[in-house]
Amino acid sequence: MFPRKFDYVAPSSLDETVDALKGAGFAKVMSGGMSLLPLMKLRLVSPELVVDIGRIPGLDQISEEGDMLTIGALVRHYQTAGSEKVPAALAAAAAYTGDVQVRNRGTTVGAVVHGDLAADQPAAVLALGGVIVVQGPNGVREIPATDFFVDTLTTAIEPDEVATAIKVPKGGSSAYDKLGRRGGHTDYAVAGAAAWVKKDNGNITECRVALTGVAGRPTLAEGTAEAMVGTDGSAGAIAEAASKAADGVSVLEDLYGSEEYKAHLATVYAKRALTLALNE
Amino acid sequence: MTVNDRSVSGDIDPRTLLVHFIRENLNLTGTHIGCETSYCGACTVMFDGRTVKSCTVLAVAADGATITTIEGLAKNGQLHAVQEGFWERHGLQCGFCTPGMIMAAVGLLEENNNPSEDEIRHGIEGNLCRCTGYHNIVKAIEYAGAKLRGEEPPPAEWEVSA
Amino acid sequence: MSTTSVLGGSVRRREDPALIRGKGRFVDDIKLAGTTHVAFVRSPFAHAKINSIDASAAMEMEGVIAIYTADDVRHLGLLLAQVAIGRLRPLLADGVVKHAGEAVAMVVAENRYLAQDAADAVEVDYEPMKAIVDIKEAASDKAMVHEELESNTLITWEAGPWGNEEGIAATKEKIAEAKKRDDIVTVSMEMKNQRLIPTAIEPRAVIADWNDGYGRMTVYSSTQIPHALAGAIAKTFGLAANAVDVIAPEVGGGFGAKLNVYADEMLVSFASMQLGRPVKYTESRRESPYNTIQGRGWVATATITGTKDGEVLAFELDGLADMGAYTQNFTVAIPFLGTFVGSGQYKFPTHWKIGCVTTHTMTTDAYRGAGRPEAIYYLERILDAYAREIEMDLAEVKLKNFIPESDFPGAVAPIGFQFDTGAYQTNLKALTDSAEYSELKSLRDKARAEGRHVGLGLSSYVEVCGFGPSALSGLGFSWTTYGLPSAFSGSGLVRINGDASVTVIIGTGPSGQGHETTWAQLVAGQLGIDYEKVRVTHGNTAESPMGIGTFGSRSAAVDGAASYEAALKVKAKAAQIAAHILEASADDIEFSDGSAHVAGSPDKSVSWEDIVTSAYHPHMLPEGMEGGLEAHSVFSPANATWPFGAHAALVEVDPETGFTQLLRYVTMDDCGNVISPMIVDGQIHGGLAQGISQAMFEDAIYDEEGNLLTSSLVDYPLPTAQDLPSFNLSRTVTPSDVNPLGVKGIGEAGTIGSAQTVVNAAVDALYDLGVRHIDMPLRSRRVWQAIQDARS
Repeated sequence: MFPRKFDYVAPSSLDETVDALKGAGFAKVMSGGMSLLPLMKLRLVSPELVVDIGRIPGLDQISEEGDMLTIGALVRHYQTAGSEKVPAALAAAAAYTGDVQVRNRGTTVGAVVHGDLAADQPAAVLALGGVIVVQGPNGVREIPATDFFVDTLTTAIEPDEVATAIKVPKGGSSAYDKLGRRGGHTDYAVAGAAAWVKKDNGNITECRVALTGVAGRPTLAEGTAEAMVGTDGSAGAIAEAASKAADGVSVLEDLYGSEEYKAHLATVYAKRALTLALNE
Repeated sequence: MTVNDRSVSGDIDPRTLLVHFIRENLNLTGTHIGCETSYCGACTVMFDGRTVKSCTVLAVAADGATITTIEGLAKNGQLHAVQEGFWERHGLQCGFCTPGMIMAAVGLLEENNNPSEDEIRHGIEGNLCRCTGYHNIVKAIEYAGAKLRGEEPPPAEWEVSA
Repeated sequence: MSTTSVLGGSVRRREDPALIRGKGRFVDDIKLAGTTHVAFVRSPFAHAKINSIDASAAMEMEGVIAIYTADDVRHLGLLLAQVAIGRLRPLLADGVVKHAGEAVAMVVAENRYLAQDAADAVEVDYEPMKAIVDIKEAASDKAMVHEELESNTLITWEAGPWGNEEGIAATKEKIAEAKKRDDIVTVSMEMKNQRLIPTAIEPRAVIADWNDGYGRMTVYSSTQIPHALAGAIAKTFGLAANAVDVIAPEVGGGFGAKLNVYADEMLVSFASMQLGRPVKYTESRRESPYNTIQGRGWVATATITGTKDGEVLAFELDGLADMGAYTQNFTVAIPFLGTFVGSGQYKFPTHWKIGCVTTHTMTTDAYRGAGRPEAIYYLERILDAYAREIEMDLAEVKLKNFIPESDFPGAVAPIGFQFDTGAYQTNLKALTDSAEYSELKSLRDKARAEGRHVGLGLSSYVEVCGFGPSALSGLGFSWTTYGLPSAFSGSGLVRINGDASVTVIIGTGPSGQGHETTWAQLVAGQLGIDYEKVRVTHGNTAESPMGIGTFGSRSAAVDGAASYEAALKVKAKAAQIAAHILEASADDIEFSDGSAHVAGSPDKSVSWEDIVTSAYHPHMLPEGMEGGLEAHSVFSPANATWPFGAHAALVEVDPETGFTQLLRYVTMDDCGNVISPMIVDGQIHGGLAQGISQAMFEDAIYDEEGNLLTSSLVDYPLPTAQDLPSFNLSRTVTPSDVNPLGVKGIGEAGTIGSAQTVVNAAVDALYDLGVRHIDMPLRSRRVWQAIQDARS
């Protein structure tokens, strides 16, 4: 209920943020705090320094640049969910995150960087082929989502770096669907899938499907994506491709699902997400 | 920060949660604490015009913000339509979740003053009530929506059936 | 919906203006000058020896005032329990811990943040031991939960005519005859009724304030039983009963979890006496499941033997109930409460046997329904399975086996208890003949035609509440453990003030039931005084008459009846005074519009103000009459009350994922007369939500080592508004004959009637796939698994 003591800074620029993180010991960057603060209150995470980026101007924008859409580090879930510019998979994932109050405060970048294995938006960013933009002492670098999610609550971001934005490519069609813990779209995902497809002349030319809640981190269902490419995207093709969703994925059991059940749900939600994407 | 139209300040430990600042420093105890995982919503307040769970916001992060708590909802002694709805439609029993529930409903109706039952249920998904089964809370919000639209609220179920 | 309001009607609640403005005062809102704050050091192990506790570093930390361990409080003895069978709880773990989260040390500091910091710094050296978590393993007695006990089975409750020779012989003969005719079906299932965490949204909180100048303890507690708590503190600390004032201000939901006396209440009292400062403890949600009782936790086999045309010849229930590690207020008595309704509404012979087993888990005790939801769940699930087996409509099976209406009032259940009033056929038919029920059937049939898996579930129940008869103390229930003279009687005091306003003081401690409204309606109606002029106060033991508390759906039927009778006494006296003033006969005096009138002479009247003025000027009174205008009544009914009802649910299952959704819920309850339809319906809504939630969502899960895996709301999902439909309520009205109001109680009926209704519906949805039973909760994974198991 009560976090341990920590030092607090609220820098007014990203450069100041990087300076604050430099040699700070155990520091955590906070944007909305929806993921970090509950862990701190339960004393499961007790940083020495909290760097609150909430006062840095200019990070709360969704902007388009060429083929890419940039979502700044202070864009709240409700903004992502409500923006017509945001690809459907990510908008739906943001809409299914937390609840109204959490969506009013929490940020899309924060949810992605937190790397919870059952969160919604990481899978969407992964399926969309997004990149995470981080800034550190050595400048800015872009980490592809495929390299970003390392393990449960562990990502490729370094302790002295701050995530400044997520970029996702525009184009193609996408969708996200999940089974929440109380059923429907509520709460964390028992399992869910985001799908992205590109079609040319009636045939699927590119496809990515990402799973959440199934493995220790958001994971690509590579077998499904490969099987989709070259097909016409018919219900039969989807069903066949989706049946491979859990192939090669190391499925984790939890209170809400056995390994067998989660592997099964991976195929169901790969199918549902692909179907939705192709009907977008 | 500004709380209920009043400018307030305090020197606090950075770890102080907004809900504790409101309850302990400002003595506004209408904002309640029901859990520590931002699940129950009893601590819901308006933060710069949108609802947040004040148990999961640092008080220092609210520096400069405009906050409205349940105590600031009635203006000049006049209940807000949502408060009136909860009273008229028996939207509360023990009353512990009520302040947070009312703030969530205010947030919902500010965005959409004519929500369907499904939209109401979705709009208060972040607030748990253990007493009412939500049935009369939905009716209370329907009542408030009608009032805000300047319409006559539908009659209470017990008036229809009595 | 039909409602009959004989006594009141629906008025806006008196309680609400404060609560909707954020002005309601709950315990955690109370700040006394100089208050200190508590955090507990809790065991991470379910069963361990405590080798040492080192608080020296913690004592040096900022703001720390004191740290207490078992050595400091051992002399106070064990926590008092009403039915003291099993091992009672030490106030702090004494050398050994018996469940995860058991309090080992108490830190008192200047604020809560600092208290928690110090609690984290207390070093405890534990030696973990094997934990016994599974109740069947515990019941085998291969290893003991408490070395000093002879068996892990603390007591076995057994009841029913199968228990006597005559009953056994008669039943056996009937079964043998049916067998000879090849007209016999036996259906048997082992089913779980899982453990639950009551989860009032207000976590429990307590403040103790000892003043050694007055020699008096004032305790503010989030409790349903303020008088019992005051008594327990007085007994524990050797104080006089009138030296302890307990105040239960607004209580943020109870549901049975606050119907208990807790170690933390004794510990803050102790610390306040030691430190001479107020001491406050507010549970965090995370520690609440380790500190406040849990409920249910049964596994039992239900068996029905009956004919192929629906005559049930025998019903048997054989199972175990998990008591947890320590016995608290009612712990082992909860399954006993189940026996009261063990044979339900039926006339068939019953044999009921539940063993109460201790384990290394948190204590269980009363949670909404307390034994009755479990009993009705087993009976109604197995009856549904039997009806399906013989391919007969469940409603028909019920009608065939119900106790006939001609046996009421005073019918005796096969299990041995006497009912008050009942009309089971009328009630069930009111449901099954209703347009709402027909609509459920047509919705189901239409959905099925579309290939959807939609099921309709039906069940009915009788429950027992309104405790009750003072003779219950003979059954081992006795509040005298806490130093109270009272068994289960209710009380109320009605006082007319000088301005003809009315103060009603009641001995119960409500937690959302609207007593301030309902009692005001009762009293105002009798006295002919405007409802707005009646104020009901409660919850302060120094001011209120002796009362037990708000639980077991008892308040209206017992304490309400007491306030009603007190109002009648006041009215009778006022009539005599008015008759004296008006020179009329007291028999001709009627009260309305704030005055007493002489019947038939509208111009002859006297106001309540003048009556009360006379009452306090004895020279103005009839000769021999005592002064004053207030009255106190104690009410003890001849019997408990027995509400009943029938429910129906429509659910849809997505067989691909197992996701189960409740689409509709329809009720036909009978709680006797209704004072306020608004409040009664509200109680049903909330009761339904908790029963449905047991069926669909909640599950307190322990791992093999005895760790509770579901201690936060993240892992213990409560339903949100999105997960429930609006409810469709109706009622029949069969007044009780054991209290003057004819009311029965409604706080628990919704819960008792609903869990099995939802499970029956889910089984109906999946029966064609071969599913015969799914243990609660109907989470997607379980439902999906049941479908897989049925297919293989």
